[in-house]
Amino acid sequence: MIASRFPYVAAIAFAALALLPLGAMLSGDGFLLSIGTRVMIFAIAAISLDLILGYGAMVSFGHAAFIGIGAYAVGILSAHGVTDLFAHLAAALAAAALFALATGAVSLRTKGVYFIMITLAFGQMIYFLAVSLAAYGGDDGLTLPGRSTLLGSSVLKSPQAFYYLTLMALAAVYLLCRAIVGSRFGRVLQGTRQNAVRMQAIGFEPFRYQIVAYVIAGMLGSVAGVLLANQAEFVSPAYMSWQRSGELIFMTVLGGIGTLTGPLIGAAAYLLLEEVLSHVTEHWKILFGPFLILVVLFARGGIAGLLKGRGL
Amino acid sequence: MSTTLLFIQTLNGLQFGILLFLVAAGLTLVFGVMDFINLAHGVQYMVGAYLAAHFTAMTGSFFAGLALALPSALAIGLVLELLVFRHLYDRDHLDQVLATFGVILFLNEAVRVVWGSAPLSVPVPEMLSGSVRVMDGLLYPVYRLAIIGSGLAVAALLYVLVNHTRLGMLVRAGASDAPMVAALGVNIRRLFTVVFGFGAMLAGFAGAMVAPILSVEPGMGDNLLILTFVVLVIGGIGSVRGAFVAALLVGVVDTVGRSFGPDLLKLMMPPSAASQTGRAVAPMLIYILMAAVLYFRPAGLFPAKA
Amino acid sequence: MTIPLLEVETLRKNYGALVVTDAVSFDVLPGELHAIIGPNGAGKTTLIHQLSGMLPSNSGRVLFSGEDVTGLSMAARVHRGLARSFQITSIIPAFTARDNVALAVQARSGSSYRFFGDPRREAALNGPAEAVLAEVGLGDRADRVAGTLSHGEKRQLELARALATEPKLLLLDEPLAGTGHEESAAVVAMLKRLKGRYAILLIEHDMEAVFALADRVSVLVYGKIIASGAPAAVRADPLVRQAYLGEDA
Repeated sequence: MIASRFPYVAAIAFAALALLPLGAMLSGDGFLLSIGTRVMIFAIAAISLDLILGYGAMVSFGHAAFIGIGAYAVGILSAHGVTDLFAHLAAALAAAALFALATGAVSLRTKGVYFIMITLAFGQMIYFLAVSLAAYGGDDGLTLPGRSTLLGSSVLKSPQAFYYLTLMALAAVYLLCRAIVGSRFGRVLQGTRQNAVRMQAIGFEPFRYQIVAYVIAGMLGSVAGVLLANQAEFVSPAYMSWQRSGELIFMTVLGGIGTLTGPLIGAAAYLLLEEVLSHVTEHWKILFGPFLILVVLFARGGIAGLLKGRGL
Repeated sequence: MSTTLLFIQTLNGLQFGILLFLVAAGLTLVFGVMDFINLAHGVQYMVGAYLAAHFTAMTGSFFAGLALALPSALAIGLVLELLVFRHLYDRDHLDQVLATFGVILFLNEAVRVVWGSAPLSVPVPEMLSGSVRVMDGLLYPVYRLAIIGSGLAVAALLYVLVNHTRLGMLVRAGASDAPMVAALGVNIRRLFTVVFGFGAMLAGFAGAMVAPILSVEPGMGDNLLILTFVVLVIGGIGSVRGAFVAALLVGVVDTVGRSFGPDLLKLMMPPSAASQTGRAVAPMLIYILMAAVLYFRPAGLFPAKA
Repeated sequence: MTIPLLEVETLRKNYGALVVTDAVSFDVLPGELHAIIGPNGAGKTTLIHQLSGMLPSNSGRVLFSGEDVTGLSMAARVHRGLARSFQITSIIPAFTARDNVALAVQARSGSSYRFFGDPRREAALNGPAEAVLAEVGLGDRADRVAGTLSHGEKRQLELARALATEPKLLLLDEPLAGTGHEESAAVVAMLKRLKGRYAILLIEHDMEAVFALADRVSVLVYGKIIASGAPAAVRADPLVRQAYLGEDA
């Protein structure tokens, strides 16, 4: 399997993202910065999903749960006075790993359609758990006292600083996933995706590798959650609704699954489209639904697929 | 913890379970025969409720509304099949999930455009209003009994259809091995359409029946869909019998668990902790049940596939 | 008296009332080529699925090197040296021939929980992979994407993949199925080369090949072994002629 299909596209994307704040400063448009941050946050989530969806063929319909876990780690700790970013990250990663391990152990015993449905159900389970946490806002959500502090300082209050933090996180996640996918582990994962029986016939137990991938993907997803909570300074169960999980899958597919760069583009395309359409009409979802259907029916390879057609 | 309350909640659980069954039956057949994962089944239920509300308001009679809503729900289901679903039968599950997700987005918004965001209410029909004495000191709403009754009637009808008719035999064979059935010369496309249409109508019927007791609003099908999936997973995909057993189980566990969970916990821990934990754990109960069933039987209780 | 490498004791598989494998018992000695023949529908593929661990058995035991492996997964059996080939080749079409085999080498060469480093550059994996490819005659095809190989080459790759797991016993599921005259001669020659170094349980239909290669032949009819012994003896057995060879005049 060719691991790195779009080194040029990725490089261009990161360069564009790095320069965006300058553009924002020149144009005086703060909104550009905020949507750029949002795009990067969802790109992190989509890339983490691509690891299991595109490379492992595990169609998880509950991935937004990890975003929620990351967000609530920030929310709950902040509500108790702990504001350090690293504390937030550590808690998020630990909680995500535990949740992924527990639910993955059950989910990965199932195949195909059952897997999709059980991941959907587990996502709902944790959604309802969040809704029931009256102490942390329940259904209405919880407003944070402020952003996470970095070694005691509130430098992350600045939109530019936060933007660059998110960019670094995105770059780290992207490079990590690239390495994983091209490694020994990645090769086993991809082999399992293509033909699980064949992998058993050479001595690999698929479950062991799938659950490790599932846990890694969950942990990376929680990083997106930590950043999302910080960006909005607000935490809500809606972050992990199943509609969100569906949107994540769509972003990944729209960009092109199994490419890692695709999800980045997909997240950008999705959020920009949502932004544009919602200004056209308040009922933009009525256009979005059919658009999604058309993409599935006619542009299955996503944007990456279209680019490939042009020999990129 | 009074026995009367327990009885009422059990009846409520049965009623909810029957409702789940009506929606799950169509879905499990569609899954089983066509290997098609249809997220849009939940909006089918919602559409049934909206149509019932609309026609009841228009004609002034719930029964007339119901009579008009059913064929309309069927028609909408068939249009969806023609426009979208038909092109997805050969696609992988990921494609089906995404496309039907798109249908959900579209229909949830569409009902908002047509009927507005505010919930619609449908009056309980005169004939079925009021309560009846079920046993000593226990009054139960007639309408809810009607739901249970009609649901059981449909279940019986389905049982006869699936087990004692030629069409039912084809459906059961299809749920077990669809390509084989096609290879035997059966017009599989027509079978698909029949199964799909029937499932859509069942879901619409469930939505219509529930309209008087729940608020009819956009997104009402979404939560129910997830529960229906839980039912399918526990019961076993493709099995109507499994759907029946699992639906009643889920309905009762969920309803009784929510009302009595905190009480049961009060036996083990201080009251305030019990009610907090109870409120958190109660909605999670059926998912825990699902996880437990799947752990021991990854293909559900009554899997249809060989 | 040599201890058998593979011992099958009254192995049974039934689907409800339908019995597919009916109390089958036989063994394979180290280095021996034991062929199983039988008419279509005799249950040969089911038997291989049971022996390799793909299908659980209803009763009976499978002993490998004296160890009871009946409950073990396919991967666990492969690690003990019990490997199989598939009739419909189980190669990974998107990988190169070398990578296909290297992945098999990777399974028994260090941990696969390494998240950094490109395995395609590992000489420890590529070396043995290329050696096996040369052995099956695909030495010059190592860089080709497996999906673009010819049908026969895919079959060779399938065998290479199984050999790369360093088996003690090879379960071969109809390696000659669908081969033309020339190709089957090449496969038979290949199997002759492997004979002795590996114990082989060969499920086959092609009579010429079976009698040219086998040390012992067992005949499977409707899930039951009706005869077992040296090829010449089995050939002459009237029961066998009646059930099977009679059709093959």
